Amino acid sequence: MHKQKIHRRILDKITEKLLTLSGALTSIIIVFISVFLFTEGIGLFNTPDIEEGYALYVNSENRIDNLSPEETKQIFDAEVTSWKAFGGEDVAINVFRLDAIFNFYSENELGENYELLPEKLGEVISREKGIIAFLPNEYAPQGLQVRKLETATVTLEDYFLGTDWIPTATPAPLFGVLPLVLGTLLVSFGAMIIALPLGLGVAIYLSELAGNRERKLMKPLVELLAGIPSVVYGFFGLVIVAPLVQKAFNLPVGETALTGSIILAIMALPTIISVAEDAMRNTPLGMREASLALGATKWQTIYKVVIPYAKSGISAAIVLGIGRAIGETMAVLMVTGNAAVMPTSFFESVRTIPATIAAELGEAPAGGAHYQALFLLGAILFVFTLIISVSAELISKKRHS
Amino acid sequence: MIEAKNIDFYYGNFQALKNISMKIEPKTVTAFIGPSGCGKSTFLRIFNRMNDLIKDTQMEGECLINGQNIYDKSINIDNLRKDVGMVFQKPNPFPKSIFENVAYGLRVNNMGDKSFIGQRVEESLKDAALWDEVKDKLNKSAYELSGGQQQRLCIARALAVKPSIILMDEPASALDPISTSKIEELIHNLKNQYTIVIVTHNMQQAARVSDNTGFFMLGELIEYSNTKKMFLNPEKETTQNYITGRFG
Ligand SMILES: Nc1ncnc2c1ncn2[C@@H]1O[C@H](COP(=O)(O)OP(=O)(O)OP(=O)(O)O)[C@@H](O)[C@H]1O
Ligand SMILES: [Mg+2]
Repeated sequence: MHKQKIHRRILDKITEKLLTLSGALTSIIIVFISVFLFTEGIGLFNTPDIEEGYALYVNSENRIDNLSPEETKQIFDAEVTSWKAFGGEDVAINVFRLDAIFNFYSENELGENYELLPEKLGEVISREKGIIAFLPNEYAPQGLQVRKLETATVTLEDYFLGTDWIPTATPAPLFGVLPLVLGTLLVSFGAMIIALPLGLGVAIYLSELAGNRERKLMKPLVELLAGIPSVVYGFFGLVIVAPLVQKAFNLPVGETALTGSIILAIMALPTIISVAEDAMRNTPLGMREASLALGATKWQTIYKVVIPYAKSGISAAIVLGIGRAIGETMAVLMVTGNAAVMPTSFFESVRTIPATIAAELGEAPAGGAHYQALFLLGAILFVFTLIISVSAELISKKRHS
Repeated sequence: MIEAKNIDFYYGNFQALKNISMKIEPKTVTAFIGPSGCGKSTFLRIFNRMNDLIKDTQMEGECLINGQNIYDKSINIDNLRKDVGMVFQKPNPFPKSIFENVAYGLRVNNMGDKSFIGQRVEESLKDAALWDEVKDKLNKSAYELSGGQQQRLCIARALAVKPSIILMDEPASALDPISTSKIEELIHNLKNQYTIVIVTHNMQQAARVSDNTGFFMLGELIEYSNTKKMFLNPEKETTQNYITGRFG
C-alpha cells in the first residue's frame, strides 16, 4: 500500500515536470523562431545594394557619386538615358558590362589570362564621359580617370516603401516589399469579406437552427473540408474558380486576387464554422431560456444573447480564419498569378508574402541579400499574425469588462 | 387567474405530469413543493410554454390564463411570455451591463422610448430592492454582482416588462441565508401587484411566503390547499409525512 503511494507520487511529479517542460519548450521554440527570422533577415540592411562582388565605375568627370538601387535599375533598363536626370551633366548615359570590352579590344590584346583587362577597362572608362560600368571586383579597372561609385547598403526605406520586388535584377536587385505586403493584405481581406458572413451564417445555422439530423450530416462535411490538402484547393482554384472569375468579370486572366480570396475563403470556412459554432453552442441553456422567457423571439435571442455570449469564441474564429488566410501558401501561389506588382484591384494578379517565400527561397543563395530579404518577409508575416491575435485578445477583453 | 385542466405531460415515453388540475387566483403566492423529480418545474413551465423548447415532448389538457387557452394555435408565444415572467433557479443574467439586463425585455418587445426605458429600469430595480446597491454602476457588467444581487437583477429584469404572473423556480436555492430572506421579503411585497408561483424545496420558505401550496409526488398533485391548512392540518398522510420530513 505504502509503496504504491510513493510510486504514485513519483509518477505525478514526473508528469508535472514533463508538462512544465513541454510548456517551456513550446515558448522557447516560438521565441527562437521569431529571433531566428529577425537575425537572419536583419543583415539585409548591412548588405551593399548592388550585387555582391561587383561595383559600379564612372568616368571621374561625372558629378554623381552614388545611385540608389532604383536609379541603378532605371539606368540599366535604359529607362533613363541622360545623367541630367540624376543631377549630372547633360551627357548620354553609356551602360557598360564586362563582355562589352570585346567591342573595343580583341582577346589577344587583353593578355593570356586577361591580366591586362583592368588596365584596358580603365582606358575605356577614361575615354567615355557618360559611361557607367558594372564590373566584378577581380577586374577592378585601373586608370586616373576612373571613379568607383560609393556603394550604399539597402535602406529601410528601399525595403519597406519600395514598390518593386525584383530580387534577381542586376546590377541592383530591388527588394521593395510593398507590393507583396499589400497583395497579402488584399487577398486576405477579400477572403475574410467572403468567409466571415458565410462562416458565421453556417455556424449560426448549425448551432441554432439545424436539427440533429442536419447537424450530423453537415459537421463531418465541414471537417472534411478542413482536411483537404491546400494543393488540391489550388487545383480546384486553377481549373474551376479562375476560369469562372475570368468569364464572370470578362478579364484577360483568371488568376487574380479575387480568385485567391475565394479559395482562401473556402479554406478558412471550416475553421471559422467549427470554432464559432462551438462557442455558440456553449452558450448556457439558462441564458437562452431567460431571453425567450422575456418574450424575445428566437432571432432576438440569437443576436442579442447567444452571439454576445459567444463573442470571444467568435473572435477567436475570426482570428484563426485570418491567420489561415494570411499564412496560406500553396493554394495562393497557384491561383493568384504571382505578379509582384502594386495591387490596384481585385481583378489583377497579385503576389502574397508566403507565396513569394515559397517560390523564391529555393533559388536564393543562403546568406545572400535575396535570402535575407525573404527572411525579413517571414518576420513581417510573423508580426502580422502577432498584431491580429493581440488585437483580438484586447477586443474580447475590453468587451467583456 | 390561471386554470390548468387535466394536464398530462410526456418527455418521450415518460409521463412526468399525470392529470393535473389547479386554479390559481390573481395576486396570490402559490408554492409548489414535493420531492426531487416529481414534476414541479415541468408543471411550472407549462404556464409560459417553456416546455415547448424541449424536443420530443407532448402535452395534453388545457391551461387557461384569464380565460384563454394558452396552448391555442392563435396564441402568440412571445406575447404570452411577456405576460408570464420567469425567474430561474440559477441566476442567469445576460453578458451585458446591469442597465441593459433590465432593459432587455423592454427592448425586445419594443416597449417605449429611451426615457421610458430609463424610468422602467429604475422602477424595476427599486421593486427588486436592488436599486440602492447598483444605482452608481448601472453600466458595469452584471457579472460583477454577487449571486444574490444577480438573482434580484433577474427578478428586476422579469418585472420590467410588467407581467401579470411571475414564475419562480427555486429562486433562492443557490443563495446564502441573507440573500434568501431578501428575496422572500421581495416576494411578499410583489404580491400586491403580481400573481406569483414559486417552486421551493424549503418547507419553511413555502410556509412563510405562500398563500396556497400544492404538493406534488411522482407526477401527481397530491394535495392543493391553503398553506396554513396544508402545514397545520394536511388532508393526506403522504403530505403529512413529507412536510414533517419523513421522506423526500
Ligand atoms: N428534458 C427532460 N427530458 C427528459 N426527462 C425530463 C426532462 N426534464 C425533466 N425530466 C423528468 O421529468 C421528471 C420531472 O422533472 P422536473 O424537473 O419537473 O422535476 P422537479 O420536481 O422540478 O425536480 P427538482 O426538485 O429536482 O427540480 C423527472 O423524472 C425528470 O427526470
Ligand atoms: Mg425543478
